[in-house]
Amino acid sequence: MTTNTADTTHEKQHGMSDAGYIRIAIILAAITGLEVSTYYVDFGVLFLPALLIMMVIKFVMVVSYFMHLKFDNKMFSFLFYAGLVLAIGVYAAFLATFKFFIQ
Amino acid sequence: MTDVTHGHASSTGISNVKLGMWAFLGSECLLFGGLISTYMLYRGRVSGGPRPSQIFDIPFTSVSSFVLLMSSLTMVLAVSAAHKDDDRKTNLWLTVTALLGATFVGGQVYEFTAFYKEGLGFSTSLFGSSFYTLTGFHGVHVTVGIIMLMSLVGILKRSSVPGKKAEVVEMIGLYWHFVDIVWIIIFTLVYLIPV
Repeated sequence: MTTNTADTTHEKQHGMSDAGYIRIAIILAAITGLEVSTYYVDFGVLFLPALLIMMVIKFVMVVSYFMHLKFDNKMFSFLFYAGLVLAIGVYAAFLATFKFFIQ
Repeated sequence: MTDVTHGHASSTGISNVKLGMWAFLGSECLLFGGLISTYMLYRGRVSGGPRPSQIFDIPFTSVSSFVLLMSSLTMVLAVSAAHKDDDRKTNLWLTVTALLGATFVGGQVYEFTAFYKEGLGFSTSLFGSSFYTLTGFHGVHVTVGIIMLMSLVGILKRSSVPGKKAEVVEMIGLYWHFVDIVWIIIFTLVYLIPV
């Protein structure tokens, strides 16, 4: 009874139960398996987009659920994603100056 | 929405500690962004040394990646246990997380040793320099995380946690998950996408 109450309180504060975290981990493991399969199976033109999409899905799932950003104050999301977007912008520009994207 | 359940609240009503940690993680994005970009630029510059496809052991690195990914699960279970004031489970999951992290670092040491024996030194080529710098920096971050986890286990056992216990565990958890998401990117961009 006490444990159930603690579980419920935790879910209210953080949005997920332990079983929910395990489900997320299973999905992440399955996506990792798919990622590794691209090394052995020829996905043709879908190879690069599929890998990048799977990478982004895993990234967002860990940040949203394990780091609780989905359930937490939006200020934290702003701080983190501002740094991330800034990094992507700055380094995309940096790579573009070296003609990385037209090789 | 305000987060008044944890730590000292700032004028915004949210925890100062948590705000500081997220700002730190945002800045870490810039650090690793620089290292990853530099690697992407130099990964084809092998200067007569081994090429990535010649030395990378994808099955081995896949297992290492899986281990680190599962350490994120054990970390979040530790945070969950800390919020429920279950000290026994908190200590257990923190220790398991540290062990999984140590397994990952051990794998990285083995990988570096194997690459060196195959002719890829730090100064062999621009590929070697950028690869060792990127993955080495990540490895150092994991090692720091392990030290923090084991220190926390010791502090929890002595029940001398400064501030709110659950928040301290959560902050170290945020750092640990960040290390995991950086590896998610490194695994794809460095190991799985061929030059």
